Amino acid sequence: MSREVEDFNRRLLRARDAMDRAYAEPMDVAAVAAVAHVSAAHFIRSFRAVFGETPHRYLQRRRVERSMFLLRETDRSITDICLDVGFTSLGTFSRTFREIVGETPSGYRSGHGPVVAPHCVQLAAMRPRVGVAEAAESSSFGEATAAIAS
Amino acid sequence: MITRLNVASIYVLDKDQALDFYVNKLGLEKGNDVRQGEYRWLTIRVPGEEGTEVSLEQPGSPLHDEATAEQLRELITKGALGGLVFITDDARGLYETLKERGVTDFTQEPTDHFYGTDMGIRDPFGNPIRILQQGKAATKATA
Repeated sequence: MSREVEDFNRRLLRARDAMDRAYAEPMDVAAVAAVAHVSAAHFIRSFRAVFGETPHRYLQRRRVERSMFLLRETDRSITDICLDVGFTSLGTFSRTFREIVGETPSGYRSGHGPVVAPHCVQLAAMRPRVGVAEAAESSSFGEATAAIAS
Repeated sequence: MITRLNVASIYVLDKDQALDFYVNKLGLEKGNDVRQGEYRWLTIRVPGEEGTEVSLEQPGSPLHDEATAEQLRELITKGALGGLVFITDDARGLYETLKERGVTDFTQEPTDHFYGTDMGIRDPFGNPIRILQQGKAATKATA
Protein backbone atom coordinates (compact mmCIF):
# COMPACT_ATOMS: atom_id res chain seq x y z
CA MET A 1 0.00 0.00 0.00
CA SER A 2 2.60 2.50 1.15
CA ARG A 3 4.93 1.29 -1.57
CA GLU A 4 2.36 2.24 -4.21
CA VAL A 5 2.07 5.74 -2.82
CA GLU A 6 5.83 6.15 -2.92
CA ASP A 7 6.12 4.91 -6.50
CA PHE A 8 3.30 7.15 -7.56
CA ASN A 9 4.74 10.22 -5.80
CA ARG A 10 8.05 9.56 -7.47
CA ARG A 11 6.43 9.42 -10.89
CA LEU A 12 4.54 12.65 -10.24
CA LEU A 13 7.78 14.26 -9.12
CA ARG A 14 9.43 13.12 -12.34
CA ALA A 15 6.66 14.81 -14.31
CA ARG A 16 7.02 17.95 -12.20
CA ASP A 17 10.75 17.94 -12.89
CA ALA A 18 9.98 17.72 -16.60
CA MET A 19 7.96 20.92 -16.29
CA ASP A 20 10.79 22.64 -14.44
CA ARG A 21 13.27 21.52 -17.05
CA ALA A 22 11.25 22.39 -20.14
CA TYR A 23 9.18 25.32 -18.86
CA ALA A 24 10.23 27.45 -21.84
CA GLU A 25 8.81 25.05 -24.38
CA PRO A 26 5.22 24.57 -25.41
CA MET A 27 3.85 21.82 -23.23
CA ASP A 28 0.56 20.05 -23.09
CA VAL A 29 -0.78 18.30 -20.06
CA ALA A 30 -1.07 14.94 -21.80
CA ALA A 31 2.66 14.87 -22.55
CA VAL A 32 3.55 15.73 -18.96
CA ALA A 33 1.05 13.18 -17.64
CA ALA A 34 2.71 10.59 -19.87
CA VAL A 35 5.96 11.13 -17.95
CA ALA A 36 4.08 9.90 -14.89
CA HIS A 37 2.40 7.12 -16.89
CA VAL A 38 -1.12 8.30 -16.12
CA SER A 39 -4.01 9.87 -17.98
CA ALA A 40 -4.24 13.65 -18.08
CA ALA A 41 -7.30 13.74 -15.83
CA HIS A 42 -5.76 11.43 -13.25
CA PHE A 43 -2.53 13.42 -13.41
CA ILE A 44 -4.20 16.76 -12.73
CA ARG A 45 -6.19 15.36 -9.83
CA SER A 46 -3.37 13.53 -8.16
CA PHE A 47 -0.76 16.24 -8.78
CA ARG A 48 -2.99 18.64 -6.96
CA ALA A 49 -3.49 16.22 -4.10
CA VAL A 50 0.24 15.60 -3.74
CA PHE A 51 1.72 19.03 -4.45
CA GLY A 52 -1.14 21.30 -3.47
CA GLU A 53 -1.74 23.01 -6.79
CA THR A 54 -2.66 22.04 -10.32
CA PRO A 55 0.11 21.20 -12.80
CA HIS A 56 -1.03 24.19 -14.84
CA ARG A 57 -0.50 26.52 -11.91
CA TYR A 58 2.80 24.90 -11.07
CA LEU A 59 4.07 25.53 -14.58
CA GLN A 60 2.78 29.10 -14.51
CA ARG A 61 4.64 29.80 -11.28
CA ARG A 62 7.82 28.35 -12.72
CA ARG A 63 7.47 30.48 -15.83
CA VAL A 64 6.69 33.57 -13.81
CA GLU A 65 9.64 32.90 -11.51
CA ARG A 66 11.95 32.64 -14.51
CA SER A 67 10.49 35.84 -15.95
CA MET A 68 11.10 37.58 -12.62
CA PHE A 69 14.70 36.44 -12.84
CA LEU A 70 15.08 37.83 -16.36
CA LEU A 71 13.37 41.09 -15.38
CA ARG A 72 15.81 41.51 -12.50
CA GLU A 73 18.98 40.35 -14.20
CA THR A 74 18.69 41.41 -17.83
CA ASP A 75 17.46 44.34 -19.86
CA ARG A 76 15.58 42.19 -22.37
CA SER A 77 12.22 43.56 -23.41
CA ILE A 78 9.13 42.31 -21.64
CA THR A 79 7.87 40.79 -24.88
CA ASP A 80 11.11 38.86 -25.32
CA ILE A 81 11.00 37.67 -21.72
CA CYS A 82 7.39 36.57 -22.13
CA LEU A 83 8.43 34.37 -25.04
CA ASP A 84 11.68 33.26 -23.33
CA VAL A 85 9.81 31.65 -20.46
CA GLY A 86 7.21 29.85 -22.53
CA PHE A 87 4.24 32.19 -22.75
CA THR A 88 2.99 32.74 -26.26
CA SER A 89 0.85 35.79 -25.68
CA LEU A 90 1.88 38.99 -23.95
CA GLY A 91 -1.65 39.47 -22.66
CA THR A 92 -1.67 36.08 -20.93
CA PHE A 93 1.82 36.67 -19.55
CA SER A 94 0.97 40.09 -18.11
CA ARG A 95 -2.31 38.91 -16.62
CA THR A 96 -0.76 35.77 -15.12
CA PHE A 97 2.21 37.72 -13.78
CA ARG A 98 -0.06 40.28 -12.12
CA GLU A 99 -2.26 37.57 -10.69
CA ILE A 100 0.68 35.69 -9.16
CA VAL A 101 3.09 38.47 -8.21
CA GLY A 102 0.63 41.23 -7.47
CA GLU A 103 2.26 43.81 -9.75
CA THR A 104 2.96 44.23 -13.44
CA PRO A 105 6.16 42.93 -15.05
CA SER A 106 7.44 46.48 -15.61
CA GLY A 107 6.48 47.50 -12.09
CA TYR A 108 8.37 44.51 -10.75
CA ARG A 109 11.39 45.29 -12.89
CA SER A 110 11.66 48.88 -11.69
CA GLY A 111 11.43 47.80 -8.06
CA HIS A 112 13.95 44.97 -8.06
CA GLY A 113 17.60 44.59 -8.92
CA PRO A 114 19.76 41.49 -9.26
CA VAL A 115 19.76 38.93 -6.45
CA VAL A 116 23.14 37.49 -5.53
CA ALA A 117 22.36 33.86 -4.75
CA PRO A 118 23.06 30.59 -6.53
CA HIS A 119 20.69 29.50 -9.23
CA CYS A 120 19.18 26.65 -7.23
CA VAL A 121 18.49 28.97 -4.31
CA GLN A 122 16.77 31.44 -6.60
CA LEU A 123 14.74 28.69 -8.24
CA ALA A 124 13.39 27.70 -4.88
CA ALA A 125 13.37 30.86 -2.85
CA MET A 126 12.29 33.45 -5.40
CA ARG A 127 9.38 31.39 -6.60
CA PRO A 128 6.15 33.34 -6.08
CA ARG A 129 4.06 31.97 -3.26
CA VAL A 130 0.94 30.02 -3.99
CA GLY A 131 -1.70 32.72 -4.11
CA VAL A 132 -5.22 32.66 -2.84
CA ALA A 133 -6.63 33.55 -6.24
CA GLU A 134 -5.73 30.14 -7.57
CA ALA A 135 -7.21 28.97 -10.81
CA ALA A 136 -7.93 25.81 -8.92
CA GLU A 137 -10.30 24.22 -11.37
CA SER A 138 -8.03 24.74 -14.32
CA SER A 139 -7.68 21.46 -16.10
CA SER A 140 -5.16 21.89 -18.85
CA PHE A 141 -2.27 23.96 -20.05
CA GLY A 142 -4.85 25.75 -22.17
CA GLU A 143 -3.13 29.08 -22.58
CA ALA A 144 -0.08 27.63 -24.26
CA THR A 145 -1.80 25.24 -26.59
CA ALA A 146 -4.63 27.62 -27.44
CA ALA A 147 -2.23 30.40 -28.29
CA ILE A 148 -0.18 28.13 -30.50
CA ALA A 149 -3.23 27.01 -32.38
CA SER A 150 -4.29 30.59 -33.04
CA MET B 1 35.50 25.87 17.73
CA ILE B 2 34.07 23.47 15.19
CA THR B 3 36.60 22.58 12.52
CA ARG B 4 34.81 20.38 10.04
CA LEU B 5 31.44 18.93 9.05
CA ASN B 6 31.95 15.23 9.56
CA VAL B 7 28.66 13.54 8.73
CA ALA B 8 25.46 14.77 7.17
CA SER B 9 22.57 12.45 6.47
CA ILE B 10 19.88 11.98 3.89
CA TYR B 11 16.90 9.67 3.85
CA VAL B 12 16.65 6.99 1.19
CA LEU B 13 14.06 4.29 0.59
CA ASP B 14 16.56 1.48 0.28
CA LYS B 15 20.18 1.43 1.38
CA ASP B 16 21.42 -1.07 -1.20
CA GLN B 17 19.77 0.76 -4.05
CA ALA B 18 21.13 4.05 -2.70
CA LEU B 19 24.64 2.62 -2.48
CA ASP B 20 24.44 1.44 -6.07
CA PHE B 21 23.33 4.86 -7.26
CA TYR B 22 25.76 6.97 -5.26
CA VAL B 23 28.75 4.73 -5.91
CA ASN B 24 28.20 3.15 -9.32
CA LYS B 25 26.32 5.99 -11.00
CA LEU B 26 27.48 9.14 -9.26
CA GLY B 27 31.04 7.92 -8.67
CA LEU B 28 31.31 8.37 -4.91
CA GLU B 29 32.83 5.71 -2.68
CA LYS B 30 31.50 3.73 0.22
CA GLY B 31 32.63 4.98 3.61
CA ASN B 32 31.37 3.10 6.62
CA ASP B 33 29.25 0.01 6.33
CA VAL B 34 28.76 -1.34 9.79
CA ARG B 35 25.93 -3.50 11.04
CA GLN B 36 24.77 -3.21 14.59
CA GLY B 37 21.88 -5.53 15.21
CA GLU B 38 19.20 -4.61 12.73
CA TYR B 39 20.75 -1.20 12.12
CA ARG B 40 23.18 -0.62 9.28
CA TRP B 41 25.45 2.42 9.49
CA LEU B 42 26.14 3.16 5.84
CA THR B 43 27.93 6.21 4.49
CA ILE B 44 29.25 7.45 1.18
CA ARG B 45 31.87 10.10 0.51
CA VAL B 46 33.79 11.83 -2.23
CA PRO B 47 36.69 9.49 -3.18
CA GLY B 48 40.07 10.26 -1.74
CA GLU B 49 38.79 13.02 0.45
CA GLU B 50 39.03 13.23 4.21
CA GLY B 51 35.85 15.19 4.05
CA THR B 52 32.27 14.88 4.99
CA GLU B 53 30.55 11.54 4.88
CA VAL B 54 26.93 11.29 3.92
CA SER B 55 24.98 8.83 5.97
CA LEU B 56 22.23 7.02 4.09
CA GLU B 57 19.34 6.59 6.47
CA GLN B 58 16.34 4.45 5.77
CA PRO B 59 13.10 5.43 7.51
CA GLY B 60 11.79 2.74 9.79
CA SER B 61 12.82 0.56 12.67
CA PRO B 62 14.82 1.09 14.81
CA LEU B 63 14.79 4.85 14.15
CA HIS B 64 11.10 5.40 13.53
CA ASP B 65 7.75 3.85 14.18
CA GLU B 66 5.96 2.69 11.05
CA ALA B 67 3.60 5.68 10.78
CA THR B 68 6.53 8.10 10.97
CA ALA B 69 8.51 6.06 8.47
CA GLU B 70 5.60 6.15 6.07
CA GLN B 71 5.37 9.93 6.32
CA LEU B 72 9.09 10.24 5.68
CA ARG B 73 8.91 7.95 2.66
CA GLU B 74 6.12 10.03 1.19
CA LEU B 75 8.13 13.22 1.69
CA ILE B 76 11.25 11.69 0.15
CA THR B 77 9.34 10.64 -2.96
CA LYS B 78 7.70 14.06 -3.24
CA GLY B 79 11.17 15.58 -3.33
CA ALA B 80 10.32 17.57 -0.23
CA LEU B 81 13.36 16.73 1.88
CA GLY B 82 16.84 18.22 1.77
CA GLY B 83 19.47 17.21 -0.71
CA LEU B 84 23.17 17.41 -1.45
CA VAL B 85 25.41 19.81 -3.34
CA PHE B 86 28.67 18.50 -4.78
CA ILE B 87 31.60 20.19 -6.49
CA THR B 88 33.03 18.90 -9.75
CA ASP B 89 35.95 20.04 -11.88
CA ASP B 90 34.03 19.39 -15.11
CA ALA B 91 30.25 19.71 -15.04
CA ARG B 92 29.67 19.03 -18.72
CA GLY B 93 32.02 16.08 -18.80
CA LEU B 94 30.31 14.61 -15.76
CA TYR B 95 26.92 15.18 -17.33
CA GLU B 96 27.93 13.04 -20.29
CA THR B 97 29.39 10.38 -18.00
CA LEU B 98 26.22 10.21 -15.94
CA LYS B 99 24.11 9.84 -19.07
CA GLU B 100 26.36 7.02 -20.24
CA ARG B 101 25.87 5.33 -16.88
CA GLY B 102 22.13 5.46 -17.37
CA VAL B 103 21.19 8.41 -15.19
CA THR B 104 17.99 9.90 -16.57
CA ASP B 105 16.55 12.00 -13.77
CA PHE B 106 18.17 15.30 -14.60
CA THR B 107 16.34 18.27 -13.18
CA GLN B 108 18.64 20.67 -14.97
CA GLU B 109 21.22 20.23 -17.67
CA PRO B 110 24.58 21.99 -17.15
CA THR B 111 23.91 25.73 -17.09
CA ASP B 112 26.31 28.64 -16.79
CA HIS B 113 25.97 31.21 -14.04
CA PHE B 114 28.13 34.02 -12.71
CA TYR B 115 29.55 31.66 -10.07
CA GLY B 116 30.12 28.65 -12.31
CA THR B 117 28.32 25.88 -14.14
CA ASP B 118 25.84 23.66 -12.38
CA MET B 119 23.36 20.89 -13.04
CA GLY B 120 20.65 19.12 -11.13
CA ILE B 121 19.66 15.49 -10.79
CA ARG B 122 17.54 13.41 -8.47
CA ASP B 123 18.54 10.24 -6.79
CA PRO B 124 16.29 7.22 -7.42
CA PHE B 125 14.07 8.15 -4.48
CA GLY B 126 13.51 11.84 -5.24
CA ASN B 127 16.25 13.57 -3.25
CA PRO B 128 17.61 16.60 -5.09
CA ILE B 129 21.32 16.70 -5.92
CA ARG B 130 23.13 19.64 -7.40
CA ILE B 131 26.60 19.48 -8.87
CA LEU B 132 28.59 22.66 -9.33
CA GLN B 133 31.74 23.51 -11.20
CA GLN B 134 32.92 26.64 -9.50
CA GLY B 135 34.52 29.62 -11.10
CA LYS B 136 33.72 31.77 -14.06
CA ALA B 137 31.54 29.72 -16.34
CA ALA B 138 33.29 28.19 -19.27
CA THR B 139 31.77 29.46 -22.48
CA LYS B 140 32.32 26.18 -24.28
CA ALA B 141 29.10 25.23 -25.99
CA THR B 142 28.65 21.55 -25.45
CA ALA B 143 25.51 19.53 -25.03
